[in-house]
Amino acid sequence: MDQQISIEDAVQGDLEAVIALDRAGLKEDKIGYWRGVFQRYVESGRNDRVFLVAKQGGTPVGFIIGEVRAWEFGSPPCGWVFALTVSPSVREGGIGKKMFDEICARLKEAGVSTVRTMVDIDSKLTLSFFRGMGMRTGRYIELEKQID
Amino acid sequence: MKLNKASLFGLISVLELASEPERQLSTADIADKYGISSHHLAKVMRNLVHEGVVQAMRGVGGGYRFAGNVNRTTLLDIIKLFETMESDLDMPHWNKAADPVVEELHAITNEIDTVTRAILDTITLATALKNTRLRAELASQKEAPKS
Repeated sequence: MDQQISIEDAVQGDLEAVIALDRAGLKEDKIGYWRGVFQRYVESGRNDRVFLVAKQGGTPVGFIIGEVRAWEFGSPPCGWVFALTVSPSVREGGIGKKMFDEICARLKEAGVSTVRTMVDIDSKLTLSFFRGMGMRTGRYIELEKQID
Repeated sequence: MKLNKASLFGLISVLELASEPERQLSTADIADKYGISSHHLAKVMRNLVHEGVVQAMRGVGGGYRFAGNVNRTTLLDIIKLFETMESDLDMPHWNKAADPVVEELHAITNEIDTVTRAILDTITLATALKNTRLRAELASQKEAPKS
């Protein structure tokens, strides 16, 4: 299977496939959200915004998105990975690792030496994946409060 | 966070055995390597066998062998066999309505416990072993004489 997987920059034609991959397991559609993401990360053509799609035989089976952000929360520029999905049918084949390695390489090229992410505490699978990629608890603690 | 001895010995044993799943080790082998009590370790191993995490091999050269799945077993899976991982404020006569201070302290310890559990529950044995190997490689690179 590995031979057939390619990691490519997302193109406009991937929009529907990305929405379908994201939809798996979700109750609500986020079509407007994804159109916005494509505008910002695909059409901009900037090297500090990275949207990669894993394709198997030309069919999208996963995607990863990240970008360089500077001085948010007082942090010097660093890479943020904020979306990662692999189709359940092809999981445990190393596709997530390939995409993560590639986005880290791209973010490094863009000039940062740290990559961060944030994951729901109940998303054990995703947390385990990022741990497996060598990520550890970082220097920033997320806080929240219900205000309604 | 302080793990109790049984949890710590359990993690050490499981990681040691899982690092080479085909290898068999006795309690004495593991106890000697880590300088821990062989007697205490024997009790831990019995528990691990009972839970199916390790397998006891009989006969000459017998010992223990890892029987689980390194990609599926997390550190918390092992720790849970030996302790509850819940902070205890040791207030047996706590009156909820009358003790907002204690209630707040409970809320704080619950936050800590939630994060601790999430960390331990998402580190698989495979990840811990991979990081262990990386540490060993780094250490040997530091020790290697510069040519």
